[in-house]
Amino acid sequence: MDLDRIPQTLPRFSATFDAHTLSEIRRAAATGIYDIRGGGTKRKLPHFDDLLFLGASISRYPLEGYREKCATDVVLGTRFAKKPIHLKIPITIAGMSFGSLSAQAKEALGRGASLAGTSTTTGDGGMTPEERGQSQTLVYQYLPSRYGMNPADLRKADAIEIVIGQGAKPGGGGMLLGQKISDRVAEMRTLPKGIDQRSACRHPDWTGPDDLEIKIEELREITDWEKPIYVKVGATRPYYDVALAVKSGADVIVLDGMQGGTAATQDVFIEHVGIPILAAIRPAVQALQDLGMHRKVQLIVSGGIRNGADVAKALALGADAVSIGTAALVALGDNDPHYEDEYRKLGSTAGAYDDWQEGRDPAGITTQDPLLAARLDPVAAGRRLANYLSVLTLEAQTIARACGKSHLHNLEPEDLVALSVEAAAMARVPLAGTQWVPGQGGY
Amino acid sequence: MPVIDLARASTRELNARLHALTPDDGETEWVVANPQGRHALAVGLDQPVTVEIKGHAGYYCAGMNAEATVIVDGNVGVGVAENMMSGTVLVKGDASQAAGATAHGGLLVIEGDASARCGISMKGVDIVVKGSIGPMSAFMAQSGNLVVLGDAGDALGDSIYEARIYVRGSVKSLGADCIEKEMRDEHRADLVRLLAAAGLGDVAHADEFRRYGSARQLYTFHVDNAAAY
Amino acid sequence: MFLEIDDTAPPLYDGGTDRHDRETPGFMCGIVGLFLKDKALEPQLGALLAGMLEVMTDRGPDSAGFAVYGAGAPGHVKLTVRGADLDGLADAIGGVKATVRDSHLVLSLPAAEEDRVRGWLALERPDLVVIGAGQRIELYKEVGLPADVATRFNLAGMSGTHGIGHTRMATESAVTTDGAHPFSTGPDQCLVHNGSLSNHRSLRRMLEPHGIAFTTDNDSEVAAGYLSWKLREGASLAQALEDSLDDLDGFFTFVVGTESGFAVLRDPISCKPAVMAETDRYVAFGSEYRALVGLPGIEHARVFEPEPARVYAWEHG
Repeated sequence: MDLDRIPQTLPRFSATFDAHTLSEIRRAAATGIYDIRGGGTKRKLPHFDDLLFLGASISRYPLEGYREKCATDVVLGTRFAKKPIHLKIPITIAGMSFGSLSAQAKEALGRGASLAGTSTTTGDGGMTPEERGQSQTLVYQYLPSRYGMNPADLRKADAIEIVIGQGAKPGGGGMLLGQKISDRVAEMRTLPKGIDQRSACRHPDWTGPDDLEIKIEELREITDWEKPIYVKVGATRPYYDVALAVKSGADVIVLDGMQGGTAATQDVFIEHVGIPILAAIRPAVQALQDLGMHRKVQLIVSGGIRNGADVAKALALGADAVSIGTAALVALGDNDPHYEDEYRKLGSTAGAYDDWQEGRDPAGITTQDPLLAARLDPVAAGRRLANYLSVLTLEAQTIARACGKSHLHNLEPEDLVALSVEAAAMARVPLAGTQWVPGQGGY
Repeated sequence: MPVIDLARASTRELNARLHALTPDDGETEWVVANPQGRHALAVGLDQPVTVEIKGHAGYYCAGMNAEATVIVDGNVGVGVAENMMSGTVLVKGDASQAAGATAHGGLLVIEGDASARCGISMKGVDIVVKGSIGPMSAFMAQSGNLVVLGDAGDALGDSIYEARIYVRGSVKSLGADCIEKEMRDEHRADLVRLLAAAGLGDVAHADEFRRYGSARQLYTFHVDNAAAY
Repeated sequence: MFLEIDDTAPPLYDGGTDRHDRETPGFMCGIVGLFLKDKALEPQLGALLAGMLEVMTDRGPDSAGFAVYGAGAPGHVKLTVRGADLDGLADAIGGVKATVRDSHLVLSLPAAEEDRVRGWLALERPDLVVIGAGQRIELYKEVGLPADVATRFNLAGMSGTHGIGHTRMATESAVTTDGAHPFSTGPDQCLVHNGSLSNHRSLRRMLEPHGIAFTTDNDSEVAAGYLSWKLREGASLAQALEDSLDDLDGFFTFVVGTESGFAVLRDPISCKPAVMAETDRYVAFGSEYRALVGLPGIEHARVFEPEPARVYAWEHG
């Protein structure tokens, strides 16, 4: 060893200008346009992982796993609708459009949800006969663009969801790039084929809660007060948005955290606007409680639900049901390592592929290419989704029974503690092993 | 001729009776008295009946209309004939904002003025306004025809797709990607048909109009157009 | 029971002005305004305004408020005071005339006495709030159906040259008058607003060092304060509104009253509804046309929707 040689410091990469940041600066400099992609936020966020359940012991008594019942059913839309929706499990499929997804993927979502006894939801592109046919319970989204909106489909729906925003891009409109505007998509949306479609961020004929109330009245009149009316908002100011949705006459509120996915939007929007679902549920429930409407107006939360523990935690914090989008696509086959070679050819890798806007999805899900779309067998994919929904339910039941609950809805915040100060503050439960709830009692 | 008097009946009763109609019912002429500016009157109709509203209507009058003819003998509020599919809606007075918003088909005639965002996001409807229209009309208009005998306000046809706009009077300003276009015979023929359908064939002549439509510069993103987004 | 969690802590949104996300949205509402040109109509001002207000109940059933510009004496001011236990107050203050209307008291006093009376109120009756002050303005707001509120204060019996009103759908669980319009932040000035400002927090921070005080967290009060500041600096009402187009961001339809003026302004996008009617006898404003239907001669009025970003102002000569 040459001890006289002057040691060199190793090359050091900047934590601020990391490799991803550098590549994005170069990409922006070359193209002059922001990065558009699909999926949800990829950064690490305070999430349900930092919550733990306090299982039963001496002070609480658990339920026996295989003999003692733990019910999972939920009724949505009990406030005004003549025909509320009864679901077997409190896990629904979130709105995703035909256009962003292939017809096969939409059909598979309908099949899987129906097998599991739950609902699925249309998206920004209208209702296809395939998804209506395969969905036992179908929620019809009413969006700013009104693509494909028509009263006949409105009457065929089981519920109507007025979309004001979504967690991936609260305050933003939709976006579907030309590659995915096929003949059928173009016709359903009344657009020229192959253009970059920009959807509006506000509804064309109402703005604000006083006018929303009148819009809800119109939709109820058109559908003879039969169908539950949901109002979906991206999580930003959940206390006020939920209060205003209730005041405007909603039957059900859908609250989508920033982890919620999208078919295509600006990366900067996905990563920097909105709040995580962990932080959104308690203020939303608080609003319902302050108005005396908790459990009367049902709350569905979404954004980053992955397993039965997430489901149980969301319900314990006060939600009536959860909704899944990204996880449902993964269950169908999105980002499956089976297609690794093809993901590599697209400059990505299985598990990281998010260029859903390009329509070249090897798994045949986020595409309108007939050859790619044909890769997805709607029956088999639907079966996988049903299996996954079943596991989510069984897992949530396992936790609920351990906490001594004979219904998932009897989970409560007091069943939870937090592992981090952040999670304790956001979920308003004590830091594990302490009585400390940050932000309350003057702390 | 059945008369529904909204001084006594509710909006719900009115719409429920109109929704209960079947093709075999003999009752095809309905009158609505004392509307008092109520919202959501005669919405979601789906039979070829005629409903005459004797007075002012509120928001979303004749919303999502299909097949029916709805005549308003007065002014209408926001979003008259919004998302109409087919049929005819005739407003004898003025219309508020977002008249004919997102409508897919049918004919909307406004004999007075229409205010801001007339024909916003229209998807195939024909709209004929005898008076003038307000700012930001035909915003993101996708398909169909907007005919204006009077003047148009600011930012006409902003971000327009394939809808056609015909204006007889002045246009205060055009929105992004909206330009004046040549009037060809096919357009004159279209105008003659639309004016006749609106009962205005004698009031205006096709040669008096100018045509506006999409420059199609925003159809695919280009960095040099970024300021227009 | 040792695992029980103390959930008796107060809810997060229990008040306080230091929370950055706290706002009492004032944007669920109906607004009306009436400015008379014909003196013969002045005895009917309150009755006409009451009718307009009542029609806007659907847009705001929880509370209502209105300002009326009635008689005033030169060199005198009227203070509108809101609160409970108002009987005998005028005697206790001394040197003032008082009219009690339900939960409100209008004190009339020489202008030179205003500081003394305000000081007395602040010291002796801190529970009371002065919600309006000026030579002619009287301002009333209360929880309840608009028609009931109008009746409690006998709006129909009031005469005046102009007035504005507001119906509100409250967003908080306990409906209070705190977010009720009109807001008055300067002498004989008042404002009602439909919409939602997006930079009211910054504006508030900009205005407070100029001595503009706020009593609520409401974005609409900030708009009122902004106009008061501009008027104090010498701007005309029309100029103050022009300037607001540069400084206020978000969505708004304003109807504004001053001692002799009346004005309407909508933001450049103008999503919130607004209809106006003008005849030789009056100018009227409503969130919806039906608010105007009961006005005399409305069938021959020039009815129009105010254009975006354009100031409409009328002044009594």
